[in-house]
Amino acid sequence: MGNMATQTQFHVLAVDDSLIDRKLIERLLKTSSYQVTAVDSGSKALEFLGLNGENEDEERNSSVESVSAADEDHQVGVNLIITDYCMPGMTGYDLLRKIKQSSSFKDIPVVIMSSENIPSRINRCLEDGAEEFFLKPVKLSDVNKLRPHLMKGITTKTEMQSNSNKRKGSEEIQSPDRTRPRYNELEVV
Amino acid sequence: MLGLDADRLRADLNRLLAFLFHQGILDEQYLQLQQLQDESSPNFVSEVVNIYFHESEKLLRNLRSLLMDREFSDYDKMGIHLNQFIGSSSSIGAKRVRNVCVAFRTASDQNNRAGCLRALELLEHEYCILKNKLHELFQMEQQRLLAAGVRYPMLN
Repeated sequence: MGNMATQTQFHVLAVDDSLIDRKLIERLLKTSSYQVTAVDSGSKALEFLGLNGENEDEERNSSVESVSAADEDHQVGVNLIITDYCMPGMTGYDLLRKIKQSSSFKDIPVVIMSSENIPSRINRCLEDGAEEFFLKPVKLSDVNKLRPHLMKGITTKTEMQSNSNKRKGSEEIQSPDRTRPRYNELEVV
Repeated sequence: MLGLDADRLRADLNRLLAFLFHQGILDEQYLQLQQLQDESSPNFVSEVVNIYFHESEKLLRNLRSLLMDREFSDYDKMGIHLNQFIGSSSSIGAKRVRNVCVAFRTASDQNNRAGCLRALELLEHEYCILKNKLHELFQMEQQRLLAAGVRYPMLN
């Protein structure tokens, strides 16, 4: 596949309506050697994934411009979604639900961030499929917790990309270890 | 000589930072921002802080115009502004400003207009202090870089 070169880094989609928090999460993720796309709303996140309407197949077949991650010719691929909880319009929780209800994207790990420590909110998100719940401000130590979730998703992701149910193994994502001088442990799930 | 200046400036800088932490004006989140700054993102802290100044001043104007309106009753809207202010202040480590916003939000939740006005005054005051101190920090950092730069010339 000609796009192998773009697959050597994990790609994280970050969603937050606050510009400062977008800058922060972007920097945190880039420092950890992840490729980052940051958007300011849940609907833009869905647009990026190619999940605009009810019918996923319809959306994928209609022409989606360069920002779509689900476009079959240029599969950027998203390995993890990290989203703020409190956003106007679609909340992070709404976005989580939509992702988990999507046949193409339900296996992408989703992490929720919130400035408010509300146990019932945290539990609901985790019960409905969020892998982690980070309290803001998010720190480097939080971002370190993402790696196991990303490693777990390798095989799943290549399945989605091939658009078939054949298992292709995990050869496409290489360990980014050598590009990250700060963290020398590779957590293997 | 110039090398000594750089060292002295660095000591002054650390002293100012220590003061700001001690006064509760900044907290450890500010250090997190500094840690995220490196050669690949050499102006990260000032970029983020400048966004914060820009957004905060807009929020302060909004809050003031809401409260100056004699017919004002939209405490929900005020709450939204305050939540944003709390979040951004928290993200850059502006502890005292954040705490005043939280108190402000409490007054707003209680529809306490007088309390809100008092909180706004205090907020404007605290924000002013923060902005001045951060400018001072950035100036000192620039001077330190200049002084250090003469001794250790940049490679490109």
